[in-house]
Amino acid sequence: MDFTPDPDHEAIRDAVRRLCGRFDDAYWRACDSEHRFPWDFYRAMADGGWVGIAIPEEYGGGGRGITEASIVLEEVAASGAAMNGCSAVHLSIFGMNPVVKHGSEQMRSAYLPRVAVGELHVAFGVTEPDAGTDTTAITTRAVLEGDHYVVTGRKVWTSKALDCDKVLLLVRTTPLEQCARRTDGMTLLLADLQRPEVDIQAIPKVGRNAVESCEVRYDGLPVAVADRVGEEGQGFRYLLDGLNPERILVAAEALGTGRAALRRAVQYAKDRVVFGRPIGQNQGVAFPLAEAHARLAAAELAIRQASWRYDNGLPCGEQANLAKWLAADAGWQAADQAVQTHGGYGYALEYDVERYWREARLMRIAPISQELVMSYVAEHVLGLPRSY
Amino acid sequence: MNVVVCVKQIPDPASPGKLDPSTKTLVREGKLVVDDSDMYGIEMALQLVGTAGGGEVTLVSMAPNNETAGLRTGLAMGAAKAILVSDDSLKGADALTTAKVLAAAIKRVNPDLVIAATESTDGYTGTLPVQMAELLGFPSITFAKSVQVDGTTVKVDRQTEAGYDEVECPLPAVVTVTAGVVEPRYPSFKGIMAAKGKPVEQLTVADLGIDGGVAVTQEVTDVVAAEARKAGEIVTDEGDAHERIVQFLEQLKVI
Repeated sequence: MDFTPDPDHEAIRDAVRRLCGRFDDAYWRACDSEHRFPWDFYRAMADGGWVGIAIPEEYGGGGRGITEASIVLEEVAASGAAMNGCSAVHLSIFGMNPVVKHGSEQMRSAYLPRVAVGELHVAFGVTEPDAGTDTTAITTRAVLEGDHYVVTGRKVWTSKALDCDKVLLLVRTTPLEQCARRTDGMTLLLADLQRPEVDIQAIPKVGRNAVESCEVRYDGLPVAVADRVGEEGQGFRYLLDGLNPERILVAAEALGTGRAALRRAVQYAKDRVVFGRPIGQNQGVAFPLAEAHARLAAAELAIRQASWRYDNGLPCGEQANLAKWLAADAGWQAADQAVQTHGGYGYALEYDVERYWREARLMRIAPISQELVMSYVAEHVLGLPRSY
Repeated sequence: MNVVVCVKQIPDPASPGKLDPSTKTLVREGKLVVDDSDMYGIEMALQLVGTAGGGEVTLVSMAPNNETAGLRTGLAMGAAKAILVSDDSLKGADALTTAKVLAAAIKRVNPDLVIAATESTDGYTGTLPVQMAELLGFPSITFAKSVQVDGTTVKVDRQTEAGYDEVECPLPAVVTVTAGVVEPRYPSFKGIMAAKGKPVEQLTVADLGIDGGVAVTQEVTDVVAAEARKAGEIVTDEGDAHERIVQFLEQLKVI
């Protein structure tokens, strides 16, 4: 066991922290309330090479692993950018993983360098109104017509769709009833998004409003066969490859959001004087904050273990799921306690903790609910019977 | 054109500073970071070398325990190399001693221009750059809010309380820059990785061959807490607050 800090990781942390320091809470508050994508921030992250950190070096990226990517995203969140900042860059940092792993050489060299420098924006379209966690129930259909597919269907919760040029789209190329296994017959396409055959509508939601999540209708969208990722029918397997790293990154984002909330709460508890002393002197205020710190620290260790295993090519399903569960829980608890510590002011927009709170809440739902993590652990770690 | 930037590595300002009770000086153990006020000088130097179309930026620092973390930030921004003087005998060094050490290190590079911040964020004496200029035999210009190099001359807009003076002097020279001089770039990921391979020459006092040597003679005899700011006067509005505030401001002769 060696917990010596890695100098590269320290340098990455320091540099991202410095960069994010130029985008303060007022910036994020404004982006959130105006539903404005944080372009200045995105540009600065791309120019610094942070957006491309996990894309292989031969395609213009930084060639680093999930550990480094998770450190970047944790620091973005912890700066106070929280999920508005993370979601703005998350897809560019990790979304192209299926193309890195399974795309043709032609596809990789055509698209990855443009994603790495922050020029090409790619959304992710998997979830449908009637297919969330039960991904195999998707009905968006792609029919092969000569040298292209024609896509028809409806996706929901496609984040950043309004601002993306392309979408990695999971479609059924073989209807479910004709498949030997439910996980067969699905294909991943790298489709154009800003086309007349595509209708995109933002979904009004509770928070993280700088990055819109959208309902997207595809009505006869043509996609060239050359824009298919890997083989037809293998799309679901390609997605599975990305689930563990995705969970690790999301865990880091939840951790950072919790850290931002806790920092603000501690400062307020020191500064706010009631009955002649700072409220943080009261154990009723101090202990829950100390507990929030303890939970975040534990989640951080779980994240570090999971990312280390992934980057070293070891199985990490248990660790990635536990990291996501622990960090989402710890982040939420910290954000909720930050609101509580602020009393009435916690409910006012100008103190920012309500924003962290709204965004921390999301992490207990997306990209997988806490309950389904428990299902995974019960079944795959404890060996209990499958519940669904 | 070759430019040296003096870089101070200081305890992280984000964590509370501590004084050593026996020496009454700042504790400098543990991780050090680049002084934010030096980021402007590094950026200015990189831009000047870029404009000149040739040459390089060298960072020069004096720090305990061979600490290079802060220098790596400057190298990641684009400086070519660094010189670090680290020596137990320099513990508690005052500004003049530090100036002697840095001047001796700078002489090895033979630069066209030396840039420093106007003062450090942890010590604030603001005396080191001009002492160093004197020891190097260079002219110096302080408080630059813009710097241009024209052949063998450096032209500076020197910030004053009333505005700014346009001053110039022949190279080589020492120039201190304010935080307004340029906007420092962010160290990029590729810059950070490239910085790992850049040379940091580590020297001791003996390597510098300073005439007469250096001796740390400064002794801090006492440290007292800064006087707390006096509580302001709270005007409770009973319908006449505006009049009382106006009266108060009139007393101060601000309106």
